[in-house]
Formats: sequence, structure tokens, C-alpha cells
Amino acid sequence: MVRTTFEEKMRTPRFKVDDQPHIVVHAEVCHTCSVRACVYVCPANLFVPLDDGGILFNYEECFECGTCYIACNEEGAIEWSYPRGGYGVTFREA
Amino acid sequence: MTLRDKTRASRFFNGFNRIVRGNGNDQTNGSRPPVDGEAGGLAADVAEQPVQPQVRKTSTLNPSRPEHFDVIVVGAGPAGSAAALVAARAGLKVLLLERGEYPGSKNVSGAAFYGSALMHDLIPNWWEQAPVERSICRRMLSFMSPETSVSLDFRSTTYAEPPYNGFSILRPTFDRWFAAQAEAAGAFLLNAAVVDDVLWEDGRVIGVRVRREAGDICANVVIACDGANSFLAKKAGLQREFHTHEISLGVKEVIGLDEQTICERFQLTGDEGVAIEYLGAITDEVHGGGFLYTNRDSLSLGVIGQISSFVEHRQRPYELLERFKAHPSVAPLVRGGTLREYSAHIIPEAGWNMLPRLYTDGMLVAGDAAALCFVAGLYFEGINYAIQSGLAAGETAITAHRAGDFSAQTLAGYTALLRQRKVLTDFERYRHTPDFINSARLQNLYPAVIAHGAERLFRVDGRGKQKILPIAWETLRHFQVNPLHVLQDLYRAGRALGW
Repeated sequence: MVRTTFEEKMRTPRFKVDDQPHIVVHAEVCHTCSVRACVYVCPANLFVPLDDGGILFNYEECFECGTCYIACNEEGAIEWSYPRGGYGVTFREA
Repeated sequence: MTLRDKTRASRFFNGFNRIVRGNGNDQTNGSRPPVDGEAGGLAADVAEQPVQPQVRKTSTLNPSRPEHFDVIVVGAGPAGSAAALVAARAGLKVLLLERGEYPGSKNVSGAAFYGSALMHDLIPNWWEQAPVERSICRRMLSFMSPETSVSLDFRSTTYAEPPYNGFSILRPTFDRWFAAQAEAAGAFLLNAAVVDDVLWEDGRVIGVRVRREAGDICANVVIACDGANSFLAKKAGLQREFHTHEISLGVKEVIGLDEQTICERFQLTGDEGVAIEYLGAITDEVHGGGFLYTNRDSLSLGVIGQISSFVEHRQRPYELLERFKAHPSVAPLVRGGTLREYSAHIIPEAGWNMLPRLYTDGMLVAGDAAALCFVAGLYFEGINYAIQSGLAAGETAITAHRAGDFSAQTLAGYTALLRQRKVLTDFERYRHTPDFINSARLQNLYPAVIAHGAERLFRVDGRGKQKILPIAWETLRHFQVNPLHVLQDLYRAGRALGW
């Protein structure tokens, strides 16, 4: 069986990191959010809940799929656009 | 396109690239895709582009008179490249914009491409030159419980003959090849160009805004093929925000395995391939399914789930993927393989019910951007519909160009072409199917019922043999299935897939 850890998975695509984040999280909304959809749905596990009720997020290893902002539509805490042209994830086999 | 047009367009690129890249190197074309293994992106391009001695004026980027194209296609996926190809062939001046380093670099699907005959019409014997993996001659549909699976297994040798029924493909190589065909037809491909908005004038779309200095580019028609998220369709007011039950997330791994092992393990000869779809316990309570496609020397496999049910059941997609690979009927298939790439993408699954308005003054929407993904239980198709809609959009742009009229009234011909190409007719005919496929009982209950029933049917334990109906009745009772629900679901199944 080909079991792979999350870390092994994330090492496979190539990321060219833009210095401008393409995801903006409005933390004040997160403090009142009980759903925390982003924490579960992100395939790259970029959203981590904090003890103080906030969300820690990282845009650097993003697949640019858009799942997080769709899952957060009702709460509306996530502002999302694509990274600058040529930046972000590059798949070679997908 | 006339030679003069071509020269003007390439001059435009030169100026454009100079500003974007911040160097003085002149280039005849800014769209050269980086080759495999090359550190791509703008910086790499700048470093590796030879300095050419020609000096051209940069005044073509006069902000008061932006460069003008007949057609701008946003997104060089299957829809975009098809639209660009057909419009360029008709002599239109076409700009194809791609936000990735090269076409396909941001694109993910299974990927099974069931549009071989269609592509054959466009590029005869395309499979001889395109990067295809295996021709899909065997289709399987498996219903899973945690311990068992019941499969429908179909194979046909006729699918292995030209023009073939379908191929497994890898998107980064396939999409890049297809975009190169559009380029060869005369379209200008500009990579690393992300489009942030459409430009308006007097209530009609007149171009796009690329996220760059002096990034406004005008065209008579903008064709949005910018994928499932389609910010352009939303910005143009053609698409609404999505609900979480309409969109599924797919996570996928490409697992390397040697060619001979694949042929032996999947009972394939030569270039034959198999596409397997899984329903039931492999996604646990999440509404969705799994897939496994054979490539030449790798497997593409993954799980797909409704975003709403990932959230509801607090499941993480990559953990579901690991459980899928560990299932007793999947594990032996992937044994001994090595992970090559992990990827993820969303799929607009609600079909007919989430189609956007497909056109407005000066703009058309095609492919995933128009939510033209066909997920209907027996069918998991999208690339073929993307190409069909791209072709229809390209043809509509040609008609509008010849008429010199780019109003919504003229572009409305797009929907007629989409019907003629059987796109809208298929989606309308199967409009009840996505809801049925993603219903709770079909997702979580019936696969287990079928698996349990089959387990009883084939077990030999000396307790004597039952006939099928008593086994079915006993199984339904075991799962406490309400017979009224079964009748109701049989009707829904019929409406979804039967008549």
C-alpha cells in the first residue's frame, strides 16, 4: 500500500511564492465563527484554529482551488483572488 | 490575420513584456512555455530569454489607445484553447491569456478525456501527436462497503480503435499541447497573465484588466474560460456566488508504477487503459466518490466530495484519500507505487441548476467557468464539454466579427450552437441527476446495501441457499430501509438516468 503522510504530499507540487498574499482573512469574523469550515476543507491544511478563537493561515502552499472562500461564503471572512501571474502552485503531473 | 496585424500584435507583446519583466530585452513572442524541469516564471524567463538586437518603439502601449484584439480568451485550458484555435483559424486576431507559468500548470482533473472523436474533427489523428496516456477501453463502477465492493465491469475492443472513445491524460502536458495548437493556428498566447476584471464601456464588455502595469487590453469579444471559480463571470454579473452543496472538492495523487505492472494488474494490453469510479463507503459519510485511472506508467487516483458534506462531517480531504487507498479493493491496485504529485481542484457539480447566464454584450462564458461539468453517476465528464463550449464560443465570436456586431443579441447565437453541439441538451436532459447522485441514501446507504446483499448471495456456509428476493428483503431489513423510500428512490433514479 502506498501510504503517504500529509507532509510527503505537500512536498510534491512546486510553489513559487508571491510576496503579496492572495488570501486575506478577516480575523474579527473568525472569532465569532463556530463552523470553522476552512480548517477542515482546505486540501493543503492552510488554516489552523488558534486558542484565542482566531485563525492562523498561510497562503504560500495554496493549490488555488477556492474551496476555503466557498466554504466561508456565509461567514464572509475570506477574501480570495489568484496570485500574481506566474506565481503560486505549478503542477507537472496532475 | 494579416501580416500587418501580426506585426502589430507582436509589437504589442514586446512592449507589454518589457514593462512586465522590467528589462529592455525585446522578444518576438512572450509566450514561450518553460520546458519541463526548468525553473519557470517571469524571473526565469527574463534570465533565459536571449537578448535580441532589434529595437522597436514602445509607443504601441499608449494608455489612451490600448491595444485591440478581435477576441481575448481568458484561460488556456481546454475551453480557452478550443475557442482561441477556432477563432484564430478563421483569421481573427486572438489573444489567449493564461495565469500559470504555462497552460495546464494550474489545471487538475482525473483525468479522463472522452472527446477523442470531437478532437479528431478539429485535429485529424490528434492522438498521434498529443501527449495521451492510455485509451480507455475498460470502464468500472464499484459500490463499496468498508469490507466489500460490487462492480460493474465493462470492456470493449472497439473503444481501442480510432477515433477511440477516450484517453487518460495528464493536464499539464495535455493542456500545454492543446494551447500550442491554438498558437500554431495564429493565436497569441501570453502566460503568467492573471486577469482581475472585465472592462466596461456603455454597459458592454470591451476588454480585460490584467494585473500588471498598463494591463488594460481591449477586444470586441471576451471569452471567459477562467475555470470553475470564474471570477470574470461573477464580475460581469453572469454568475452568482456558489452554495457549498453545488461544488465538490477533488484531491488526487499521481502514483508512479511501471508500465508492465499496470498492464498485468489491470489486465490491459499495450496502450489500453481502465477508468474506475467508486461509490459508497470509501468517502465515509461525505457525499462523493473515488476514481482511479491508469496512465502509461502511473495511476491517477483520488476522492471527490461535496464541500458542504466535508464541513458537515468534519472530514479532511487528504485523510479521506488515505482511507481510499487503504480500502481492501484499492490497496492491491496501488501497491508498490510511489507518490509523484498531490493536487486538488474544485468541480462545479450541480449542472443545469448552476449554469450562469452564458453571454452579455461583448462577452461569452465557456467550460468550467460556465459550470459545464457533467457529473451524472455513469458519467464524469468535463473536458469534452469544455471543448464543445469553447468551439461554440469561438464560432459565435467569428459570426459576430463578420457581422461587425458584438451585442448580446448577436452573441445569443451561442446558446443555439451549444444546443447544436449537444451541450445544453445533455445538461437539460440530465438536470435531475446531480441532486440524485448526491442524495444521502444513494451515497451512504445503497452502496452498503448492495455490498451486503452480494456478500450474502455469494457466501457458502452450509445454511442452505436463499433466492434473490428473500436475500434482498432481509438485506433491506438489516439496514432498516423504508420500502417507501426505495420506491421513491427508484422513481428518482429513473428520472435521473432512465427516461
